Amino acid sequence: MSEIKNYTMNFGPQHPAAHGVLRLILELDGELVEHADPHVGLLHRATEKLAESKPFNQSIGYMDRLDYVSMMCNEHAYVRSIEQLLGIEAPIRAQYIRTLFDEITRLRNHLMWIGTHGLDLGAMALFLYAFREREMLLDMYEAVSGARLHATYYRPGGVYRDLPDSMPKHAESKWTKGKDLKKVNEWREGSMLDFIEAFADDFDSKIDEYRTLLQDNRIWKQRTVGIAVVSPEQAKAWGFSGPMLRGSGVEWDLRKKQTYAAYDKVDFDIPVGMNGDCYDRYLVRMEEMVQSNRIIKQCVKWLKANPGPVMVDDYKVAPPNRTMMKEDMESMIHHFKLFTEGYTVPAGEVYSAVEAPKGEFGVYMISDDSNKPFRMKVRAPGFAHLSAMNDMVKGHMLADVVAVIGTMDIVFGEIDR
Amino acid sequence: MSNYRYELSKHLAEVFSDTDAQISESRSGVELLVPVETWADTAKTLRDHKKLAFEQLMDLCGVDFLTYGEAEWQTDGVSSTGFSRGIHSKGPGRFSWDERREESMPNRFAVVAQLLSLKHNHRLTIKCFAPDEGMLAVPSLIDVWEGVNWFEREAFDLYGIVFKGHPDLRRILTDYGFIGHPFRKDFPLVGNVEVKYDEEQKRVVYQPVSIEPRVLVPKTIRRDSRYVDTMNDQEAS
Repeated sequence: MSEIKNYTMNFGPQHPAAHGVLRLILELDGELVEHADPHVGLLHRATEKLAESKPFNQSIGYMDRLDYVSMMCNEHAYVRSIEQLLGIEAPIRAQYIRTLFDEITRLRNHLMWIGTHGLDLGAMALFLYAFREREMLLDMYEAVSGARLHATYYRPGGVYRDLPDSMPKHAESKWTKGKDLKKVNEWREGSMLDFIEAFADDFDSKIDEYRTLLQDNRIWKQRTVGIAVVSPEQAKAWGFSGPMLRGSGVEWDLRKKQTYAAYDKVDFDIPVGMNGDCYDRYLVRMEEMVQSNRIIKQCVKWLKANPGPVMVDDYKVAPPNRTMMKEDMESMIHHFKLFTEGYTVPAGEVYSAVEAPKGEFGVYMISDDSNKPFRMKVRAPGFAHLSAMNDMVKGHMLADVVAVIGTMDIVFGEIDR
Repeated sequence: MSNYRYELSKHLAEVFSDTDAQISESRSGVELLVPVETWADTAKTLRDHKKLAFEQLMDLCGVDFLTYGEAEWQTDGVSSTGFSRGIHSKGPGRFSWDERREESMPNRFAVVAQLLSLKHNHRLTIKCFAPDEGMLAVPSLIDVWEGVNWFEREAFDLYGIVFKGHPDLRRILTDYGFIGHPFRKDFPLVGNVEVKYDEEQKRVVYQPVSIEPRVLVPKTIRRDSRYVDTMNDQEAS
């Protein structure tokens, strides 16, 4: 009989299931994983160091590029840390808009996650279903900020501008015309809020569609039930947050426990898992989509009824509008100072965290009275999750490694920063 | 939220009354400055004490305080002397590898960790300064919170802080074979080397960086208290 030895395998960095540029050095005993050593940093861009060389507002766009599937939540943590140092607070309408767009972002993130997680484990159709709805969420981003992905919409003191009165429509083309065109533009006749409302009313049925594809699917359950079980104690010790922590049965959600924006004014529940395996984390995220949709509906209702300012009335932080800038000397000076030098932030340190779709996304900021951050540290949820990779896959089969990468919902923009 | 800060400071004062740890409470949270000798023991107490119960370490990072409070633009006292406001400075992004400054200052490097207690729903920032005696050495917290593993590797990689007792202190974010600790303030923003494909050698090669250091907006410090009033109002309410 031939001698059987352990062997080492290189997984990634260019692998479709690596969700970006993860390089895993796997030590295998047959098909069982003995040890996994993730090598990260292939996407390291030194975002934090770049932020130190730029005025505060110029780094908002960098935040989008951290976790590039949940852009606005990253911006939210960043602008909130500046707001806390400045001692300003966004107007209530801006708080609701932020809540609305945080939840739209959560849907986008979870749709991306369910699509790719399914694809990795062999459920091809789901990807197409998830991206059908995600497209409309991209349109919402585009309508409000002009960009489908990297929005740069949140600003210290509020949001860049109010929600638009009309929703951009599909133009006629060779393939979409007449009755078809009317159908795709059906929800887009009114304002942007009307569009979001129509989407939200319909979306619950779409979640049911995803569930019919997966929830009781035999293959799906075989691939996820009992895989990478994490006990609540272990999840806490590893610094898990978000669905990874809730999947293990810990009821913890920053939106409820350390509330921010308008989350204390809306009604929603925190779903938790029971067993802490991949299937439970799947259930948690699916239910989170339902809850997000609930929040979206409440925000739309409030925003329709309550017009108002979306930016603080302080020209030392927020620029005056353009007509004022052209007529009033003082406004022009404010505009000039803001766009050349920026604003200075009082010396101090702050750590502010938001419940991003992947978990606790925090920004630790040190200011030294200047117009640039002295030190900015991004606490990415995926970084803590991926660091537990070795312990989570130990003893599992090689194919389960892919399931674990999927269940962590990792994105390398935020891990490598 | 301000209520929890008061309660937490009170508990901390009770627990750490006979140590050198300093408690400070600010608008943004509670901070505990720990002497580096008691760093690991303090962490254990913070986790295990019933009234503190910090089960989770959310974040740990290094900080380099070199150039703290140094501006690149003069803001007062120049109007009478002329127009030149630029100050020759070595802020981040303004120098290249051969022009980097080599100076030492006391308490230059710090390690900052963010703790979270799910049980009591409160947060705490703990900080210690790494002693600079040839090697920056701080005890590892890996025995207290397992999840600190990669965060300490990152602080080692970016700042060169060595965590004593860490089982696997390798670089994590930078390239294989990287030289230097890139987040130190005396490390140039443009870096040291760049890579390109060499047609003759038929492989990717490293060469000294060819871009010039450049900053568009100078770092400006203003202490004109623009926000002081609003801040005091919030404190009072």
